[in-house]
Amino acid sequence: MDNAMTLPRYIFRSALIVLLAMAALAQADMATDSVVQGAQIESADSAIEASAEMSVEEVFAELIAARSTSAKTDTIQKIANSDFPQAQTVLQALQEGELYYTKAKPPVLVFAVNHPDGYSISSALNGEDLGVVGLRDVRKVSINNALRNLLRGLLAEMALRSESVDVRLQAAKNLIRSPAEEYLPAIEKAIANETSDKVLVSLRLAEGMININSDEQTKRLAAIEAFSDTLDSDVMSLLAGMQIQDADGNYQESDEVVRLAAAEVLRDMKAQAQLYKIVENTFFGLSLGSVLLLTAVGLAITFGVMGVINMAHGEMMMLGAYTTYVIQLIMPNYIDYSIIVAIPAAFLVSGLVGIIIERGIIRHLYGRPLETLLATFGVSLILQQAVRSIFSPLNKSVTAPSWLSGSWEINGALSLTYNRLYIIVFSLVVLALLLFVLKKTFVGLQMRAVTQNRAMANSMGIRTGWVDALTFGLGSGIAGIAGVALSQLTNVGPNLGQSYIIDSFMVVVFGGVGNLFGTFFAAMSLGVANKFLEPFAGAVLAKIFVLVFIILFIQWRPRGLFALKGRFVED
Amino acid sequence: MESRKSIKTFAKRGGIALAAATLSLSASIAQAADTIKVGVLHSLSGTMAISETTLKDTVLMLVEEQNKKGGVLGKKLEPVVVDPASNWPLFAEKTKELLEKEKVDVIFGCWTSVSRKSVLPVIEELNGLLFYPVQYEGEESSKNVFYTGAAPNQQAIPAVDYLMSKDGGSVKRWVLAGTDYVYPRTTNKILEAYLKSKGVKSSDIMINYTPFGHSDWQTIVSDIKKFGSQGKKTAVVSTINGDANVPFYKELANQGISAGDIPVVAFSVGEEELSGFDTAPLVGHLAAWNYFMSAPSDANDAFIDKWLEFIGDKKRVTNDPMEATYIGFKMWVKAVEKAGTTDVDKVHDAIIGISVPNLTGGIATMLPNHHLTKPVLIGEIQDNGQFDIVWQTDGAVPGDAWTDFLPESAKLEADWKDPKIMCGNYNTETKKCSGQNY
Repeated sequence: MDNAMTLPRYIFRSALIVLLAMAALAQADMATDSVVQGAQIESADSAIEASAEMSVEEVFAELIAARSTSAKTDTIQKIANSDFPQAQTVLQALQEGELYYTKAKPPVLVFAVNHPDGYSISSALNGEDLGVVGLRDVRKVSINNALRNLLRGLLAEMALRSESVDVRLQAAKNLIRSPAEEYLPAIEKAIANETSDKVLVSLRLAEGMININSDEQTKRLAAIEAFSDTLDSDVMSLLAGMQIQDADGNYQESDEVVRLAAAEVLRDMKAQAQLYKIVENTFFGLSLGSVLLLTAVGLAITFGVMGVINMAHGEMMMLGAYTTYVIQLIMPNYIDYSIIVAIPAAFLVSGLVGIIIERGIIRHLYGRPLETLLATFGVSLILQQAVRSIFSPLNKSVTAPSWLSGSWEINGALSLTYNRLYIIVFSLVVLALLLFVLKKTFVGLQMRAVTQNRAMANSMGIRTGWVDALTFGLGSGIAGIAGVALSQLTNVGPNLGQSYIIDSFMVVVFGGVGNLFGTFFAAMSLGVANKFLEPFAGAVLAKIFVLVFIILFIQWRPRGLFALKGRFVED
Repeated sequence: MESRKSIKTFAKRGGIALAAATLSLSASIAQAADTIKVGVLHSLSGTMAISETTLKDTVLMLVEEQNKKGGVLGKKLEPVVVDPASNWPLFAEKTKELLEKEKVDVIFGCWTSVSRKSVLPVIEELNGLLFYPVQYEGEESSKNVFYTGAAPNQQAIPAVDYLMSKDGGSVKRWVLAGTDYVYPRTTNKILEAYLKSKGVKSSDIMINYTPFGHSDWQTIVSDIKKFGSQGKKTAVVSTINGDANVPFYKELANQGISAGDIPVVAFSVGEEELSGFDTAPLVGHLAAWNYFMSAPSDANDAFIDKWLEFIGDKKRVTNDPMEATYIGFKMWVKAVEKAGTTDVDKVHDAIIGISVPNLTGGIATMLPNHHLTKPVLIGEIQDNGQFDIVWQTDGAVPGDAWTDFLPESAKLEADWKDPKIMCGNYNTETKKCSGQNY
């Protein structure tokens, strides 16, 4: 408010509206206060009634017995309004699908956590540990989307009293998405006590989402005013909903004043969202680019530096992804760290397989690209079928660690997903490490020497055969690391490699064979181009356009963006 | 050294496998005279192996079970398994091999529509018998094929009806997302026509196609989010093909779209696919099928027990195409017993009208258009990879070969019983069958 004086008319005007609205509210509050309090007393009453009438055991038995959505809704409300100390834990478990009941008679409500032999269960009544039971010995208390939304709201209302700012913020955000009249007193109380600005903003939005359905125009206008600083998609959806016309030209929102106020806020929101869309698209493009970079950078070594057309490159990625799966099988209780372990493990597994392939097959075929192509294609088929025989042809599920899930919400219109953010960083780190190995280490020096002039390197005393194996192993190992990243994005199955092999070759050829910087620029520019084309052309056409562009580009510059001299180029 | 050794043992094992294969081949020829041959035409390698291997095992299990009961017509059943390797033209060749060389009496097989289309000319020319167990886009009825999976009116349309209802959330705005091939394109064409007939405006329908195995869903999910924030309840109808689903659902979850906000109803995601997913991001999303492993019926419990025992792995699941295979197999056995012969034409005449119990507690009847009556179930995905059945049709829905919602198909009709029609595409206006065979 202090700043309002120094700032121009716009703020002044809104301040005036807020003041007016507050005045109006104050009056309205007086009138409704007693009603709200009445409701509170009433709900408290019914809670006492419920607990007086029914013990915890009885309510839980009712929850187990409830079949229809409405019966379950009633029981959930009963638990929420009760003063059972375990109410919040039980509802939380129900929301997260961890609430089960045993087949005993009468059935017992239990919390169940996954265990290698089934579930490890504990009583919902007192938390007592009840040991481990088989998968089919307990049944889940199932819920549907309607109940999930109800629980989201109820739990959020409870969580508003939490000590932690993050919990309160999440609760406030959940209330925006599940608004209901009965949460209003709790929200208003929370607003009065809240100290964190961030939470306060979300709480006001939540309040607005409820007040917008109020009977009083002033409250509704105040709610719309509260919306003017947000880009939240639920708010946007609500405001857009008001502007919808039916067949006779009547607006969904009958109150003209409210509708126009909403339309104005909506217009501002849309203009801002448009801007963020461009930022978002760039991010999407860079993240696609970094996936391309990761998958292509290993190939840039085996194909680019060594000149081996390695059709089994995709399968090296697949091996890396399966390594991640196996690591998760070995350490089921440390999923969050499994990825960190999987990275070196995948590098070793794929690298070793790469060295075996090089020593066993490719070594005999240097200088015969066509035969190398066919032989490595054969190897790729063998590896695929081997994985099918060992792990079954079904896809395997690799769990995402919690720190790789969700997104970083900058505002309602722009949120960047964590897994993509990490992959961008990860791909840059891998590229940097690779450059370091090639440019600054002795092994790297030997690799470059062999690439540039094999005969000379040989006569200088470098064991070229050994260097070849190592280079191929390095390229394959990096493909394995890419596989770990891919396991977080897509299926882990025998066909994983095939879907990326074409893209990888495309990037390497476009970037210029043998040049890691070329690969970097090619991957990023293809990623961004693809993502800016996609909204107009659709995913299928965008891909075709990019492919056609590369074909034309290669006609013009056959050696790609950054041509480099090397064994392959000299042929 | 080690690599050389492994190559050697590999070669040795390969040799043994080859020898075993030749042996079993010659053994099968020797047995041929007093058995009834059942061809199994499912990909055991290549991209479709993921789905089709299970169906091969299902047929083998059913054959084994039937043989324990004494076979059919007093003869033992003998399965002949071939591997078309997810290679569409190879499907046609293998069909020819099964019919001409192996002289099988019936074939259970195919998954993708393109493989079925590849088999069609061969099976019609050589007058074979194919049971096709997968939900598909309809618009077909061949004399030699029995479609035991769902037609669009037995999966897509009831699912949309459910979402439009109050229970389903009174959805007003629709995203039709699919992989770019014949099944999603045809299904979406039918759905679009259906939605428009229900008064949905074209501005409330968004159609989107992606390539096979699409893995970068960022833009599309962001578009869906934007499309869904226009003030009307929005749902996604997904005909996205198996492999592309994991990244799709992951992206939905990561961008914060929950099933409560924008539910996704999928036609290609079943128990088997879910076993390869990290199901946490999928909980609450929907799928429409004619069978779920969680269906409460005694027949289903018995089937699951038998399957787990046969396959020897307690973690395996059952799914809709398996039920369709089961129904098809039972119907064929019943028809052969009714006809008293395995002769294709006689079995064909006998099978129309035959009823067998399905696994969800109802009855499946073979209709004159070679499709089945099926119940339609909507299930919500649970975090254990199973479905919680939230809705189902009152009774069985008869399968419709030609959809009523596309003008050029509405006038077509398939009837292989009525002697006046006897074709798969009778035009009710011109009173003629069109030139095509099906």
